[in-house]
Amino acid sequence: MMTQIGNYAACVALAVVLGGSGGAAFAGDAAKGKATFVRVGCYECHGHQGQGGVAGLKLAPDPLPYETLAAFVRSSSGPMPPYSDKILSDADLSDIYAYLASIPKPPDPKSIPPLNP
Amino acid sequence: MARKPEVDRRKFLTSVAVAGAATAVASEATGAAVDTTQSQPPKPSALRPSAAVAAAESAVPAALPHAEGRPGSDFMVDVLRSLKFEYLATNPASSCRGIHESLVNYGNNERPEMLTVMHEESGTGMAHGYSKVAGKPMALLFHGTVGLQHATMGIYNAWCDRVPIVVMVGNHLDAATRPPGVPTTHSAQDPLSLIRDFTKWDDQPGSLQAYAEAMVRAYKIAMTPPMEPVAIALDAHLQEHPQNGEMLSIPKLTLTSPPQGDANAVREAARLLAAAERPVIVADRAARTANGMRGVIALAETLNAPVVDQGGRLNMPTSHYLNQSGRGGALVGQADVILALELTDLWGTLNTFVDNVQGTRTSRLKPNAKVINLGVGDLYIRANYQDFQRFADADISIGADAEATLPALIEAVKAEMTAERRAQNDKRADDLRKAHAQGRERAMAAAVLGWDSSPVTTARLSAEIWAAVRNEDWALVSSDFFQSLWPHRLWNMDKHYQFIGGSGGAGVGYGLPAAVGAALAHRSEGRLVVNIQSDGDMMYAPGALWTAVHHKIPLLTVMHNNRAYHQEFMHLQKVGNWRNRGVDRAHIATTIRDPFIDYAKLAQSMGMLGIGPIEDPKDLAPALQRAVQIVKAGDPVLIDVVSEPR
Repeated sequence: MMTQIGNYAACVALAVVLGGSGGAAFAGDAAKGKATFVRVGCYECHGHQGQGGVAGLKLAPDPLPYETLAAFVRSSSGPMPPYSDKILSDADLSDIYAYLASIPKPPDPKSIPPLNP
Repeated sequence: MARKPEVDRRKFLTSVAVAGAATAVASEATGAAVDTTQSQPPKPSALRPSAAVAAAESAVPAALPHAEGRPGSDFMVDVLRSLKFEYLATNPASSCRGIHESLVNYGNNERPEMLTVMHEESGTGMAHGYSKVAGKPMALLFHGTVGLQHATMGIYNAWCDRVPIVVMVGNHLDAATRPPGVPTTHSAQDPLSLIRDFTKWDDQPGSLQAYAEAMVRAYKIAMTPPMEPVAIALDAHLQEHPQNGEMLSIPKLTLTSPPQGDANAVREAARLLAAAERPVIVADRAARTANGMRGVIALAETLNAPVVDQGGRLNMPTSHYLNQSGRGGALVGQADVILALELTDLWGTLNTFVDNVQGTRTSRLKPNAKVINLGVGDLYIRANYQDFQRFADADISIGADAEATLPALIEAVKAEMTAERRAQNDKRADDLRKAHAQGRERAMAAAVLGWDSSPVTTARLSAEIWAAVRNEDWALVSSDFFQSLWPHRLWNMDKHYQFIGGSGGAGVGYGLPAAVGAALAHRSEGRLVVNIQSDGDMMYAPGALWTAVHHKIPLLTVMHNNRAYHQEFMHLQKVGNWRNRGVDRAHIATTIRDPFIDYAKLAQSMGMLGIGPIEDPKDLAPALQRAVQIVKAGDPVLIDVVSEPR
């Protein structure tokens, strides 16, 4: 029990604490979320940085509110297949969200030489 | 069960060979059968030959028989020259040996020059890419049956992409005279039946005169829109035997003018377009040439109508404010008149399809929206393969070549348009300019996401290539769909040859060979040619790298190495989730890892400079600068970049 409490405390210390649009706060582990993002294949369509592309929308930076994202992930009827809690737990989804929220804003395109040759 | 005593196959064969040799030598020396089972005194290892054997081996031979008269295949070369083929790609084959010998000795390997390809699918892909740039076919010469079987997917791609290629295959038709064994196994009574569902015409001529007529007819048919592959079977007997004294002539090639739209139908289409409040032009393979692109631009500017370029060719400059391809679905949904120019899939343009469990289908069209379909798709159609797509409603359907019909349509629109409508249309220009600029800004903002991350994003990959080539006379010879269309979003493509679309049939293995063929066509123009190459596609036909080196075809190949057959990876993910089983095993048989392939070494193994693998995006620009200099000097280069999936 002490070990579990210790782990929980560590997680809280590392977690990105996020406020949901419904007012409920939750925590996720961005490092775990990054690994899960790859493991469950989010990167396949959305890219490792959630940048999006022809196969999937941009997810980060500035992800959608957690409830919106979670509802879509659970019940998508569009091109993206839904992820049930059997294949992606609520904790994993929170971690993924924390990872997306941790992705920094990109540089100004005007500051990138190859985009302004 | 008792085991049979095993026989050491190597020892068995060795002893049989020795026994056989001894028997043959002894028989020749003595002229009598030898009983090798009896004990004999040891013999010298080399026996003195008999007088007869010595004479046979050392005497000056009598004149050897050889084929008298002018070979039939020399005349075949004359026919190829009359059609002005510059290149003929081949993988050597016994059924083509007659014409092969004529091409190199009688034809001196000039016009056509033979290109050595390492797989018939590679040769077909080369001809496909070449034709789209050169505007004329490359000849192909393959073995019948097995060679043609190798070539079939490439021919299907060309068929779907409406590209003229001329396929010749060798065949031993006469069962009584052809060699037994493999040549007979590789012969067929109707060898071209294999590809008849996706070629426009074929023939197996029975005489040299018939060959000449068949070739000229084939060329003419291939070059008449809808342009498609054609095929001719070359009988080996016709190739190898002398001409029999017949009077031979080569027909004059006069290309058929492309079909233009019926004047009444064109006028009716013009009335709809001129009266439209929100017209939109959707183009896929409308621009074969610079004239085609000029026609699309002129029509769009006349109407001030947005153009959705679906990318089968470069139909509209990416920098033109009327190129609104990034919001194509929305524009079709808002339009009151839609003009479709040479579309692959009209139904898919007018409807949405969501690849979910239900396969949701929804019409995009507004009520009362009118559809004008202009193209050659209805003019030649076959039943078996479904490249004609779902049937779509149209209000006016003009069976004609769009490029050839555009001048008449533009004039008709101008004649039908009132001054009031022209003024209203002109008011759209500002909004369209603004939308185009905003689209560019959104692309720039999206391109920087993950800019410094590894794997390298496809946006950065494309941006760095653009920075390296933009001041050259460049051409991109690969599809950019798998790179999230970044070149279309970031590069200024304003010449029709700067983009030639994709495979047409989505048959994997097209990319590298087509790029080599396209680069060959660009070589005489001195253009810097870029191929963004998918890794899975590369491994279908890597031998095309060797062909590029061997024939000194300058080409910059940049690997989009996502280490997977990524489209299929996503399919597995989708189905696994639909079935609530997850994606943990989706990598099985969809990924290219364990081990990773070193594409730079692959290129090096064939004499090409290979750079990479590059994983840090900061290493990309220097590698590209180095590679561009080498390509400009005339050699192909490959840069391997470990990249994002899309």
